Amino acid sequence: MEAADALASAPKRSVGRRLADLFHGRSRLQVAALLAGPLGWMVIIYLGSLAILLVAAFWGVDPLSGELTKSLTTDNFKTLWNDSVYRDVAWRTIRTAALVTLTDAVLAFPIAFYMAKVASRRTTAVLVVAVLMPLWSFYLVKVYAWDIMLSANGIVNSVLGHIGVNGPGFGITAVWLVESYLWLPFMILPLYAGLERIPNSMISASEDLGAGPFTTFRRVILPLAFPAVVAGSIFTFSLTLGDFITPQLVGGGTQFIGNVIFSNITNNQPLASAFAMVPIAVMIVYLLIARRLGAFEHL
Amino acid sequence: MSGKSSGNPARVAWSIVASLVAFMMLFAAGCGSSSNNGGSTAGELKKLGKGEGQVNLVEWPGYVEPQWVKPFEKQTGCKVNNKDAGTSDEMIQLMRTGQYDGVSASGNATARLVDGGDVAPVNVDLVPNYKTIFPDLKNQPYNTFDGVHYGIPHGRGANLLMWNVNDVKPAPKSWSIILDPKEAAKYKGKISVYDDPIYIADAAVYLKAHDPSLGIDNPYELNDKQFSAAVNLLKEQKPNVGEYWSSATKQISSFSNGNDQVAATWQYQYFALKADNQPVAVTPESQGFVPSEGATGWSDTWMISSKAKHPNCMYKWMDWIVSPKVNAQVAEFFGEAPAQSKACNFTSDKNFCDKYHAGVPAFWKRVYYWQTPVADCGNGSSDCKDYNDWVNAWTDIKG
Repeated sequence: MEAADALASAPKRSVGRRLADLFHGRSRLQVAALLAGPLGWMVIIYLGSLAILLVAAFWGVDPLSGELTKSLTTDNFKTLWNDSVYRDVAWRTIRTAALVTLTDAVLAFPIAFYMAKVASRRTTAVLVVAVLMPLWSFYLVKVYAWDIMLSANGIVNSVLGHIGVNGPGFGITAVWLVESYLWLPFMILPLYAGLERIPNSMISASEDLGAGPFTTFRRVILPLAFPAVVAGSIFTFSLTLGDFITPQLVGGGTQFIGNVIFSNITNNQPLASAFAMVPIAVMIVYLLIARRLGAFEHL
Repeated sequence: MSGKSSGNPARVAWSIVASLVAFMMLFAAGCGSSSNNGGSTAGELKKLGKGEGQVNLVEWPGYVEPQWVKPFEKQTGCKVNNKDAGTSDEMIQLMRTGQYDGVSASGNATARLVDGGDVAPVNVDLVPNYKTIFPDLKNQPYNTFDGVHYGIPHGRGANLLMWNVNDVKPAPKSWSIILDPKEAAKYKGKISVYDDPIYIADAAVYLKAHDPSLGIDNPYELNDKQFSAAVNLLKEQKPNVGEYWSSATKQISSFSNGNDQVAATWQYQYFALKADNQPVAVTPESQGFVPSEGATGWSDTWMISSKAKHPNCMYKWMDWIVSPKVNAQVAEFFGEAPAQSKACNFTSDKNFCDKYHAGVPAFWKRVYYWQTPVADCGNGSSDCKDYNDWVNAWTDIKG
C-alpha cells in the first residue's frame, strides 16, 4: 500500500498514467477522444471530398486544358437548367431508378414472405445463401454476363426466338432489366427482416376476424412491412441512380447522370460537379421521406 | 462518473463534425485562393542518366505489347508498367494523376496536356532515332509548341469504316452508310460509332464532301453554322446507332456477337476480329483504307510527364519505340504508318510502307489528324467552337 502510494505521488509518472488522470471524470473528453479517429476519417475523406465537389461546382474551366479557373460563377447551374438534355438525362435516371425499385419490390415480396413465414428454418437458410450468393461475384462480371446474354446472338434472343419474339436488345429496357437483377438482393434482405418481425399471431388474428388472405395482406402485412420496403428501396433507388457502368455497357448509347458526369469530368469538372448535385439532392429528399415513413428502423 | 452532467455525447459528436466540416470548407476555399495555373513546367532533360529501373506508360491499346517490351526491359533494365486508355480524355485524366512517366498522346490531347502543364519539353538530341523520322511528322502544330518540341512522333493512320461482309452488301465506299440518314436506317441498331466528342469531326469530314456550301476546310475548326450542321447530322444518326463504343475490346465482342454490322473503328479492332476469323472487311487497300470522303485519323506523339519519376527510362523508351526495327513491329502489329523512315526496311511485309503510304505526304492530306478544337482557330475571327462546346454537343447528341 505504502509503496503504491509513494509511486503514485512520485513526481515522475508514466505518460499512460498521466493520460488516464487527464481523462478521469471528464466524459466529454472521453467521448471526443473515442470519436475523433473514426469521425475525422469520415469527415475529411468523405464529407471533405463532397465539400470540394460542392465548391468546384461554382468554378469555371479553361476551355483548352480543362484546368479549373477558381473564380466564382453560377454558369454551370445555368447550363444545367437551360439545356434540356441535362433535364432529360436526370429525369430518365430518376424514372429508371423508381421503376427498378418498384420491380424489385414486387419481385422481392413473395420471396421474402416465403422465407420469413412459410419455409422451414433449413430452407430459409438455404434461401438466404442463395440470395446473397450473387453479391459474392464481382459487379462487372454480372453486367458483362448480361451483355452477352442480351446480345444479338445471345441466349435471350435465341430462347425468345422460339416463340417468335425479339429480345430487348441494348437500350433503356436492358438497363432496367439488368439494374433490377443487380439490386434485387438489397430489397429481399431488409424485406425478409421486416416480415419476420411481424408476429404470426397478427396474421392469425386477422384470419380469425374473418379477413381473407388478400385483405390480410392489404390491411395487416403490407402496412407493417411497408417501412421495410422503403428501407430496401433506399438501396435499389440510390444504387441505380448512381450507376453508370450498366448504362454504358447495355444501354446502347443511353445516358444516365453518371455517364454525363463521367464524360465531363476530364474537360469540365465544374459542370460534372454541378450535375453531381442532382443525385445528391434527390437522395436527400428521398431519405427525408424514407425517415418519415419509418424506414430507418428497418435498415 | 459525471457522464450525464457533462453533456450529451451526441452533441459532442456533432460539434466535432461541425468543426471538421468548417475546417474542410476553409481548406477548400484556401485551394481556391492559392490558384496555381498549369503546375510545374519542368524544363527538358539536358543529359541522359542511368535508368531508374522502371517506367509507367499510358497508351492506346496495341502500342505497348510484350513482343517489343520484353527486349526493351532486358536491354535497359527499365521495367514497363502500362495502362491502356480508350479515349484522349482518359489519357489526360491518367496523366494528371502524376503517376505516369509518359503517354502516346493523339493530337486532340497534346495541346491540352501542354497547356495544362502536364507534359514537359523533350530534348530531341537525347533521342538519336528522332533524326530519321519522316520530315512531315516533325514540327507539327500537335507536337511542337512555340518552336519547342513536346514529343516524339510514333505513327499515324486513318480511322476505319468496317463492316460485316455477310450482312452488308455491296461493300460500302463512303461514310454515307453510317452517316446518311436514309442509308443508315437500313442498319438501324447495328451501327456502332466512337463514343467521344471528337467523333463530331467525322460528321464534318462527311459534310465537307457532301455539302460544299458549308465551306468546311478543317473538320476541327468549325464555326457556328458548320458545327450545328455536323451536330444535327449526328442527331439524325443517333436513332440508327446501336452502340457508342469507348473500349476497343467492347466493340470487338459486339462485332463477334452480331450486335454490330457496320462501324467506325480502329485498326486494332479490325485485326483482332480478323485474327478471330470473323467475317469483317474495311475499305480496301486500293482506296488506301480511306472511304471516298477522306477520314479522321491520328498522328500520335510520345510525351513525357512534367512530373516524371523515371525520366531516363522514359527517354530510353521514346528512343526504343521509334527505333527502326521496333517501330516497324509496332506499325505492323497495329496497322498504321510508321513514323520512322528506316522502319520500312524492317517490316516483314516488304510493301507495308507503300500500302500505308508512310512516305507519301500527299496521301495524308485526306486524313484529318485528331486535334483539339479551339476558339482561336486561325481563321482570324476566333469564332470556332472550342472543345468545351464539343463536349456539351456530344452530351446533347446522345440525348
